[in-house]
Amino acid sequence: MMLTVDGVNAYYGEQQALFGISFGIDEGGVRTLLGANGAGKTTVLRALCGMVRTSGEIRFDGKAIAGWATENVARLGVAHVPDGRGTFVRLTVEENLQLGAMTRRDRAAIAADIERIYGHFPRLKERRRQQAGTLSGGEQQMLAVGRALMLRPRLLLLDEPSFGLAPLIVEELFQILRQINRDTGVAMLIVEQNAALALELAEHAYLLETGRIVMDGAAAEIGADEGVRRAYLGY
Amino acid sequence: MQLLLQQIMAGLANGAIYAGMALAVVMIFLAIDHLNFAQGEMATFSTFVAWQLLAWGFPYWIAFVLVVMLSFVGGIAIERILFKPLHKASILSQLVAFIALFSILNSGDGYIWDYTIKTFPTPFGTRPLFGSVLIDTHEAGMIGVTLVVLLLIYGFFRGTRLGLAMRAAAQNPESARLVGIRVGWMTALGWGLAAAIGAVGGMLIAPVVFLEPNMMFGVLLYGFAGAVLGGLTSPGGAVIGGFAVGIIENLAGTFVPYIGRDLKLTIALIVIVAVLMVRPAGIFGRMTVSRV
Repeated sequence: MMLTVDGVNAYYGEQQALFGISFGIDEGGVRTLLGANGAGKTTVLRALCGMVRTSGEIRFDGKAIAGWATENVARLGVAHVPDGRGTFVRLTVEENLQLGAMTRRDRAAIAADIERIYGHFPRLKERRRQQAGTLSGGEQQMLAVGRALMLRPRLLLLDEPSFGLAPLIVEELFQILRQINRDTGVAMLIVEQNAALALELAEHAYLLETGRIVMDGAAAEIGADEGVRRAYLGY
Repeated sequence: MQLLLQQIMAGLANGAIYAGMALAVVMIFLAIDHLNFAQGEMATFSTFVAWQLLAWGFPYWIAFVLVVMLSFVGGIAIERILFKPLHKASILSQLVAFIALFSILNSGDGYIWDYTIKTFPTPFGTRPLFGSVLIDTHEAGMIGVTLVVLLLIYGFFRGTRLGLAMRAAAQNPESARLVGIRVGWMTALGWGLAAAIGAVGGMLIAPVVFLEPNMMFGVLLYGFAGAVLGGLTSPGGAVIGGFAVGIIENLAGTFVPYIGRDLKLTIALIVIVAVLMVRPAGIFGRMTVSRV
């Protein structure tokens, strides 16, 4: 396994938010974390990136990365598209993409990757000189995904990529994510409220409730289980 | 008319220094969200070091470059030693650290170099520029050097990856970490640049106001006024604000009765208060709205 998480707890101040979370992701695999608001999905992603205080073991490529500074985790090839997108709103679209490649030195390949991102998201190319803050919600989400890909990540963490987007745009975005996974073999961990979409893309799903994993299994099985769907996934 | 032009030119020359200080203030404000009250004392200390190097016989421009480099390293050291351990502390703790830095540097100047007023040389001379009475060569040199510094800074922020990383770290530290930028070092670099810019300003103004430990006190106040006028979040605005304050100060001192030389410093405070009342973000600044 490329990423293994074993018995991880996470804390906001005195408040414990995750309790003994354990899971893993293979090279090139796609997995999803599902659950209601406040179940701790975002916290799992933040724990992987050293953005909250944790205890327990997190290994990436065999390295114990629990407690590492966020920037050092990113330098290992873990790209995080955070909740609320986290674009640099006062910088241009192109500057945002260049920032995504800040850990790399290969100028020519960076320029080629920017063109590749524009190929996936032509609208970003039209707006390359505009400030990111002037983009629509969908375009900003595409920019956030594009910026994360500029890292040439081995693992992509996506926090609610569908949030606030029109259904058609969400469909398009997930198609592009699937294509990127196939083409580049980047592993993905997707946190989603839109369970149906996430289960289509992922091969394995984890169900989170109040900071604990209460169920996990193949995405197809979880999606097919009527009881689970009613109780946890709301569709 | 002659007097008016002359005062505007002199205002521009002083304004160049205020612009440099305002820029230094804004750079640290963008990096750590606080005003650096010790900015002026850092510049004075650098100027004293320059004076010492000159006294030891270094040629002017070699001393100039050495001091800029030493100040850059010193600024980084101050951030790493004094402010990095405090970066999660309350505003009041940080304020106390600024005051401490202020008095350590101020008293240090006096302890090492004593409090007597010293002359500081100018490499530009003080002849009239092209035979004009409007501006002399040192004033023109001050404006010229400041503009070069501003262009270099602009080029650095717009044209280099490191500059881009610094802008990103100032704007959104959390996202900057997520793309692998070492935000703490970007802050330290901001301190280094601010200290270097301050050193340039100190060495340029010293021939005009003479060198002593409190030399920069008034200058920093004008620099703050310029930064507030232009907007604390806008480096370009701070520069324009600095020049504007220089001109306002000179014109008011000459043409408004009662103000004269003695009340000139008050102008800076009036500018600060007036801007904060009418447009708190400054002319070119942006209001940041935060969700609570």
